[in-house]
Amino acid sequence: MSGPSFDEPEVTIELTVNGATVTRRVSTRRHLSDFLRDDLGLTGTHIGCEHGVCGACTVRYDGEIARSCLILAAQTDGSTVETVEGLSDSGEIEALQQAFLARNALQCGFCTPGMLVTAADLLRSVPKPSRDEVRDAISANYCRCTGYHAIVDAIMAASEKLAVKS
Amino acid sequence: MKPALFTYHRPGTLPDALALMAEHRGGARVLAGGQSLMPLMAMRMTRPEQLVDINRIDELKGIRDTGDTLTIGALTRYSEILRAPLIADSLPLLSEAIRHVAHHAIRNRGTIGGSLALADPSAETPATCLALCARIVARSSAGEREISVDAFFEGLMSTALAEDEILVAVRIPKRPAKVPHAFLEFARRKGDYAQAGIILAPSHGGVAENRAVVFGIGSTARRSAALEGAMTNGLSAEAKAALQQEVTAIIDDDEGAAYKLPIVMTLAERAMGRLKP
Repeated sequence: MSGPSFDEPEVTIELTVNGATVTRRVSTRRHLSDFLRDDLGLTGTHIGCEHGVCGACTVRYDGEIARSCLILAAQTDGSTVETVEGLSDSGEIEALQQAFLARNALQCGFCTPGMLVTAADLLRSVPKPSRDEVRDAISANYCRCTGYHAIVDAIMAASEKLAVKS
Repeated sequence: MKPALFTYHRPGTLPDALALMAEHRGGARVLAGGQSLMPLMAMRMTRPEQLVDINRIDELKGIRDTGDTLTIGALTRYSEILRAPLIADSLPLLSEAIRHVAHHAIRNRGTIGGSLALADPSAETPATCLALCARIVARSSAGEREISVDAFFEGLMSTALAEDEILVAVRIPKRPAKVPHAFLEFARRKGDYAQAGIILAPSHGGVAENRAVVFGIGSTARRSAALEGAMTNGLSAEAKAALQQEVTAIIDDDEGAAYKLPIVMTLAERAMGRLKP
C-alpha cells in the first residue's frame, strides 16, 4: 500500500425491508441505521448513542430484534429487515401504539420507536408478561427522561387487550 | 461515531477466512456478532483496514456434545445458548451467566467466541469460561491448537490468539446440574456491565479443583486462591483478609477501589451462601 487512501470502499447489497426488495450500493462503513434513514428515508428508526447502548435504533433483523447501529449495511445482503414503519403498517403493533397514546407513555418520544419494537418482541415471546418482565425488557431502551412507569402501564395494557382478542 | 474506512470481506468458508487473516496479519479484524467491535470501531478505538465478516461461516455455529465436554462454535449467539437444552442440562452455570449479558437485542447478535476473543475484564463470558476450566480452540492456515483458558487471557483485552488465528470454538467440561455453583454480579442497572462479579465452581467429576473467579476489577478476570480455599474451608476471617489483599493488589485506583472492594466482599459472602445445600 502507498499511503492512506480516502476512496470509500463500497459493496452492493440486496435485502428485504418491510416486505420490499431493495438494491443499493453502500459504503462498507455505513451502518444499518444510517442506511435505513438516509438511503431509504425510513426515519422512524432513531439514532441516539450510535454505539449500542440506548436502543433507539432497534429493528427486527432476520426475525429477531437487534441494534441497527451495530450492524453494517454491508452485512445485510440477503437478509430481512423490519422497521417500526413496517410493524406499524402491518398492524402488528397497533395495540401497543394505541396503549402508548392512551397512557401518554412518552415524554420527548425519541425512544418510542425502539420501545415499540422491543415491546412487540416481548409480547411475541411472553404474551402475558409481569411488570418485572416488562421492566427487564425495556431496560434495553432506557434513555434519559425516566418516565418509564407509563410505558410499563401501556405495555401491560396492550398485553391484556391482545389476550382478550386471541 | 462512524468507523474509519475499511475493506469488507465476507468469506463463505473457514479456510477462506483464515487465508485473509494470514494475508493481512495485524491489519485484519474478525467481525462476529459486532456488539463490541462495532462500538470500538465507531469510537475509533480500533481501525482495522480489513474487516473479515465470519457471520456466514456455518461450521462456526452450534453446540455439540463431545463426550465429557460440550463444544460450542465461536459464532454461537447468546440467545441460542440460552435456548439450548444441552447447555441447560450440562452447563447451567453458563446459562445463568449469559442471562446477565446486556439485553435481548444484544444477546441475539453477540457471540461466545467474540466475547472470548475481545477479553473484556467486565464481561461475563470470559470470566465464566475461566471458572469452567474451558479450552479455547484456535485455528490458522497452519493448523489448529487448543489453549487452556488459564493461559488465554493475557491482559486488558489481550489474549494468546496470534494475529493470523481465528477462535473457532470453546470446549467446556460438562458440569452436572446437581453440582452447586454461584454466579453473582453487581450492576447499577439491569444489563449494564458489572461493577464486579464472583463465580464459584466447586470441583466435580470432570474438573478436579475448585475454581473461583473475580471479574469486573483489574485488567482481566482472575482466579482467586483465597476464595478457592474458602470453598473447602469456609469464608473465615483469614480467608476474607486474603481476598481483600488479592483484590487490593489488582484493583486500579481509577476504577474506584474504595467503591469496588466492599462490593466484592459482599458478593463473596453471598456467593459462599449459595453453595450451601
